[in-house]
Amino acid sequence: MSIIELKNIRKSFGTIEVIHDISFSVKKGEVVCIIGPSGSGKSTLLRCINGLETYQGGEIRVHGDRVDTTSKTIRRIRTRVAMVFQRFNLFPHMTALENVAEGPIYVKKEPREKAIEHARELLTRVGLAAKADSYPPQLSGGQQQRVAIARALGMQPDAILFDEPTSALDPELVGEVLAVMRSLAAEGMTMVVVTHEMGFAREVADRVLFLDGGVLVEQGPPEEVLSRPQNPRTQDFLRRVLEA
Amino acid sequence: MSHFFEQAPGYLPILMQGVYMTLLVTFGAFVLATVLGLVWASMRVSGIGPLAWTASTIIIVVRGIPGMVILFYIYFVMPDLGLSLSAVQAAIIGLGIAYSPYMAEVFRSGIEAIDRGQTEAALSIGMGWGLLMRRIILPQAIRVALPPYGSTMIMLLKDSSLASTITVAELSLQGKLLASSTFENTIIFTLVALIYLAMSLPLTAFNSWLERRLGKSR
Repeated sequence: MSIIELKNIRKSFGTIEVIHDISFSVKKGEVVCIIGPSGSGKSTLLRCINGLETYQGGEIRVHGDRVDTTSKTIRRIRTRVAMVFQRFNLFPHMTALENVAEGPIYVKKEPREKAIEHARELLTRVGLAAKADSYPPQLSGGQQQRVAIARALGMQPDAILFDEPTSALDPELVGEVLAVMRSLAAEGMTMVVVTHEMGFAREVADRVLFLDGGVLVEQGPPEEVLSRPQNPRTQDFLRRVLEA
Repeated sequence: MSHFFEQAPGYLPILMQGVYMTLLVTFGAFVLATVLGLVWASMRVSGIGPLAWTASTIIIVVRGIPGMVILFYIYFVMPDLGLSLSAVQAAIIGLGIAYSPYMAEVFRSGIEAIDRGQTEAALSIGMGWGLLMRRIILPQAIRVALPPYGSTMIMLLKDSSLASTITVAELSLQGKLLASSTFENTIIFTLVALIYLAMSLPLTAFNSWLERRLGKSR
């Protein structure tokens, strides 16, 4: 069963169309990686899924509910599809623990004690139990991103969207974040990951989508798309990425 | 100098009556300006066209009219329209309105200084506009807005002297009346200046204390 379904999505900024007729769906437990050159519309497409961007054509459904930023259902959809951002976007005036418990307490109206306890478990799960009372500016980028993943998990989502989660990190901190994401994938979390980490995509993804110029050029299992790409644009992109 | 210390205590009781009025007008106008400022700022950042437009217009119009003229309007023109207010009431309402655009801009700049990523993160965990403002944006915006808020508070304290133009016997008017009947200009206006300074210092201290307290978690 598909959790996320995109049909013929078109998106424009003003008169410039940046996403041209893209369709794909994500099944429960699937890990989908979206790769492509910068400016190809990967992040924009991802942000359409939880309504941080509007789209002009086609239809996105999450669990059958249409994603529509003007509708009241959007808040419910967002509690079911969490997001992890490139720049972490932790709340700097709250501790790590408060960041994780914020949504459960104030949005899902869970009892405070229970939410705090669950938040502690999640911080333990991402290896940051000792940092529960630290404020984000006191944490490294890798630690902040792991807190952000715990915050996403705190909403007990059906799927998590990752928008280039390691792109803002120092190289030596990338590994710890990818390790957490790997373990989530192994536990069966549904994930859509916009990434430049080809190794991660190859190892973890069930399916890889290659976007270029707002067009879904090619998709398939990683061993096909990444090892034996059919389209010249994919071949060209991979050659440039792997050479670097 | 010794003349000053001999004479000054005699004038203080009369000036203190003025201090009471100054504090009353300042405090009242400050509360009103803060409330109105919050309303204008919320309207401007609401993202709802007509609300934002109305607030911008109010800010431009009120900011473009001298405070004194606003006071005259409320005290002298409103009675013609059937609304009579005491001088103190008119001063509080007039200064509150006159200062509300500055407050609104202080709050708005604080709100707009917060990174767009904060809004996105809050929306992505299902927050609506109210929660987003109350839990995420305002607590951070307050820290940004506090220093200019404090300066505005001190400006308002000094501009409360405008209330003298509509007969409120606040500190500056008491001083002027006293000086013109005693000709002790030097003593009296020095006292008046010192008293204003003495009132602004605790405000400054309070503001730095607030900044330290709220900034602690950073």
